[in-house]
Order: sequence, then structure tokens, then C-alpha cells
Amino acid sequence: MSRVRQPRAVKSPGAGFDAARGAACNADGRTPMRKPDPSAVNGLTEMDRRLINQYQGGFPICERPFQVVADTLGISEADVIARIATLLQAGLLTRFGPLFNADRMGGSNVLAAMAVPASEFERVAEFVNLQPEIAHNYRREHALNLWFVGAAETPEKVEAAFDYIESMSGYPVYRFPKEREFFVELKLEA
Amino acid sequence: MDTIDRNLITATQTGLPLTPRPYHAIAEQLGISVDEVMMRLKAMQASGVIRRIGVVPNHYALGYRHNGMTVWDVADDRVDALGEQIGKLAFVSHCYRRPRRLPIWPYNLFAMVHARSREQAQAYANQIAAVLGEACHKSDILYSSRMLKKTGLRIAD
Repeated sequence: MSRVRQPRAVKSPGAGFDAARGAACNADGRTPMRKPDPSAVNGLTEMDRRLINQYQGGFPICERPFQVVADTLGISEADVIARIATLLQAGLLTRFGPLFNADRMGGSNVLAAMAVPASEFERVAEFVNLQPEIAHNYRREHALNLWFVGAAETPEKVEAAFDYIESMSGYPVYRFPKEREFFVELKLEA
Repeated sequence: MDTIDRNLITATQTGLPLTPRPYHAIAEQLGISVDEVMMRLKAMQASGVIRRIGVVPNHYALGYRHNGMTVWDVADDRVDALGEQIGKLAFVSHCYRRPRRLPIWPYNLFAMVHARSREQAQAYANQIAAVLGEACHKSDILYSSRMLKKTGLRIAD
């Protein structure tokens, strides 16, 4: 496969969270933004918390899904839409929509780690982030200090991304493919 | 998965449109009927291609700043049975068996915990340790000190 990677719309490392994804949802600029609510705690109102706690899954597939959510919460459809837009813009949500399971698509999802010296860390982390196959990337406090997940439609694509990172950075990429999954369910209380 | 499913994934993987009829917007974009969009999304949900549809909170922003990847070196003949038990603990969000990478990495069981304080994360790890007992030889907790990227899966257009 080609080794030439086109620059993608990937945020630079350290630029914070994925709030830009939310902006993409309302790029028409017409989605109304809410004014800040002075009673909000950590940027979240009681209604925001209810929305987050109830809709980390189960967003309906129907004609007017926001209306269904609105009826559950006792607010208007427009309010639901504006809240989600605002929470995305503020970075309180990283995304809104379907969460795909790469494994079930015949795809591949592999955890990997590198031991990068402090002086090289920013450069290598930035390079890893630029690869579109890298879905998550975290700095962790350990000799293995850079932990990331490669996700793509095929195991070969993930492996090629890891090989590429290895050859360009000069540091080994330790692969930690899951051998067995015992549990996966991340729902956090707001 | 066929081409239409693929197109649906690329059209929705960065997020659903924030309009009153989001599935209509997708249908228009892809040039298929809204019924087909909804039917296919429901089928993908049923088959597990879609884990769930909803909001994905930024756990740092919600105060979960102490995200510990707890890792354990567990006897090979006990790791599967014990992994099942660890996966059932309410505070464990992900639990996997993975290969060791000796000598740098002796751990074969991974369990993620999300806590609002270091103390809470450590308390969770202690509960895991209690379940593992003598089957565990060595352990560590790797805290994430920075989220560098979190986009989820992206397949090419």
C-alpha cells in the first residue's frame, strides 16, 4: 500500500478534545447556541446531566428522534438539539452519534504502546496522531508512555499503520491485541 | 456489509446531523430513502456493528480525571476465570486478556477504571487485587496523564 499519507483533518496533539467534531454537525452555523446558564456546575446544568446520563445509548432511530428525547426529558426538541450542539462545542461531549464496533465490521482494533524518551515525546505523539488509523492516543505514566489504539476495516491496515509508525519514529511498537474480551461498557455518570 | 452500509458509516462516524430529521438529512446526502437509512442502522445495531447511538461524554470534563489502566500478571491457567469475575465489577469499564511482552511487559490482564480521585482509583484496584488473590504475581496502574487523541473509528471516504 502507498506510504504517502495525505494530511487529514486531524487536530494537533494537545489541542484538546474533539469538540470540532461537533462543530462539523452544525456547520451551517444555524444551530442556535444557548447562553451560559449561571447555575451550571462544571459547565453542566441539571438538564445537561439528565441528557448525558440517559442518552449515552438508546438514541432513537425514527422520524423525529430529538422530539422523542425531548418528550422524555420534558423540554423542547429545539432545546435538545441546541444543548447537544453546545456541549459538543464546549468539549463536554467528544461526539454524538453511532459508536461503531470495528471487530463486527470484519475490522480490527488493536491496542499498542511505545516507550518514547521525554525529549522526543511531542514529536512522536504528533506523528502517531496524524495517522488516520489511530483512534485513541494517551500519554500514560510508565516506561511504556504512549498508548494508542489502531482501528481500521482490516487487520492489515492497522498493522501497516503500526509498521509505518515504527519505521518513521525508530521506536518499537508493542502490540497488545485482545485475546479475550471479558467486558466492555463505558457509561459514565455526569 | 455492502457499499451502502459503508457509505452510512462514513456519513455518520463523525456524528449525526443536528437537525430535527437527522436520518432524512443522511438519506438526502446518500441519495437513498429515509426508510432504508433507518432500517440499515437498526440492522447494524442488532448485529453489533453499532454498539450504541448517543452522546459520548468527555470523561475528563465530567471530572473523571483519574483513568487508571490496571494491569495484572495472572497465572495462565486462572486468568480466564478470574477475568470473567473482574469484568463483572461495576467500576470496571473494559476488561481484556492480552499477550505479555517480556521483558518490558509482564501483564496479561487489563482492567480500566475511571475515578474522580487517585484514592478512588486505588481503592478500585485494591478490590481487583482482592479478587485475584495469589493468582496474581505482579500489578501496576497506568494513569493517563494526557488525552492526545480521541476520534473513534474512522474509515476512509
